[in-house]
Amino acid sequence: MARVRLKRKKFSMPGRYILLILTILCIAMMLLTYFTDAVSGPLSYVAAYTIVPIESGLNTIGERFKEHVDNFQSLEAVLSENKALKEQVEELSQEKNNLIEDKYELTELRNLYDLDDKFSDYKKVGARVIGKDPGNWFSVFLIDKGTDDGLKVDMNVIAGNGLVGIITEVGPNWATVRSVIDDASNVSSMVLSTSDTCMVSGDLKLMESGEIRFDQLTDDEDAVVVGDEIVTSNISNKFLPNITIGYISSLDKDANNLTKSGTLTPAVDFKHINTVLVITELKNSGSEQK
Amino acid sequence: MRRKILEVIIIFIAFILQCTVFRLISLGNVVPNMMIILTSAFGFMNGKKEGMFVGFFCGIFTDILFGSGLIGLYTLIYVWIGFGNGLFNALFYPEDIKFPIVLIGVSDLVYGFVYYVLTFLLRSRLDLGYYMIHIVLPEAIYTIVVTIVIYRLLLYFEETMELREKQEDME
Repeated sequence: MARVRLKRKKFSMPGRYILLILTILCIAMMLLTYFTDAVSGPLSYVAAYTIVPIESGLNTIGERFKEHVDNFQSLEAVLSENKALKEQVEELSQEKNNLIEDKYELTELRNLYDLDDKFSDYKKVGARVIGKDPGNWFSVFLIDKGTDDGLKVDMNVIAGNGLVGIITEVGPNWATVRSVIDDASNVSSMVLSTSDTCMVSGDLKLMESGEIRFDQLTDDEDAVVVGDEIVTSNISNKFLPNITIGYISSLDKDANNLTKSGTLTPAVDFKHINTVLVITELKNSGSEQK
Repeated sequence: MRRKILEVIIIFIAFILQCTVFRLISLGNVVPNMMIILTSAFGFMNGKKEGMFVGFFCGIFTDILFGSGLIGLYTLIYVWIGFGNGLFNALFYPEDIKFPIVLIGVSDLVYGFVYYVLTFLLRSRLDLGYYMIHIVLPEAIYTIVVTIVIYRLLLYFEETMELREKQEDME
């Protein structure tokens, strides 16, 4: 209590004025970041040299620790697995031969249709996930690569064989990725088999069950069925075409009797993402140069 | 000055833990909110100005990394929560554990509600009941549980700082 009285003698600016000043400052920053880059640019450098190195360090320690524990546990399992795997290798090598034949056929067919296998041609950069959004509302995470590795805002992020999300902010050695299961995420997409377009949007309500919503699917012939693959569409202006998002798990007709909506199971396991690939190519939407 | 620097360091450590380790103790996709605990606790322990100071740093860290293109939103909410908790400074007694639990719980509920209105309701996600029951309420309860553990540490920090400041005043 004595301390408080002492402080009052030193300077007498009332708390409510400070509150007013800070409020105005915050609103000014919000407006500035909404319309320009003036604030987030310098601040992203601050983050790059303070928070990010420690978060990546913590992550490395955690991973090493986990590795040690896993080593002890898995030695026995590995021995028995080794036997089973050897048998599997034989089976698979035969299967592989069949697949190679199929692949030749596929490339031939693709050449016929003049379709390049674009997806595998994209240049990618691997990155590690080093932090997650501190709140419970959104599903945004932090990766340990940034502008130094050629990353830019709006680049697509994939993991395994499915779409993870899109880069929303980028600093020298970090970037934040908004995943497709995030409530604020919207992806223009299409059903692979019929090329009918729809909108895939994350929903907090479905996040726990690990699904995403899609709607505005026009499917007059009732050709789309549960289990169909949904990929990013070629008319999206931020997402590159033909990246798998997931598979339809439920499908309903909307009240307007024209469109359909439902849920899909994403191809990526969002609960266990540790590493992701960033496609270092931006979609050329026509209006701007790459 | 030393107090401020130490507070920033505490916020910094808490923020890093929140983004990394706390994900491991999440229950049903909900993690406790350390930032609210710090802002609220320093607010009612030391008054409005201190609450705003801590709230400002809690908010700005969150904004820089996860602000999704709108730096200042978190900061604004946390500054107001720090100020609001500072109003209850006169009622604070270190021995009473019920008081901090109630204040931090209410702060977290208010934070959750305001955040819902600003980021979800404005995008026409109208199902208030669902979000309250599945996100806001569990977060508040979890935060209270963590408070019971962490509050003792904060109180210890506060008492040591006060003691040192008193000693320095006498010299």
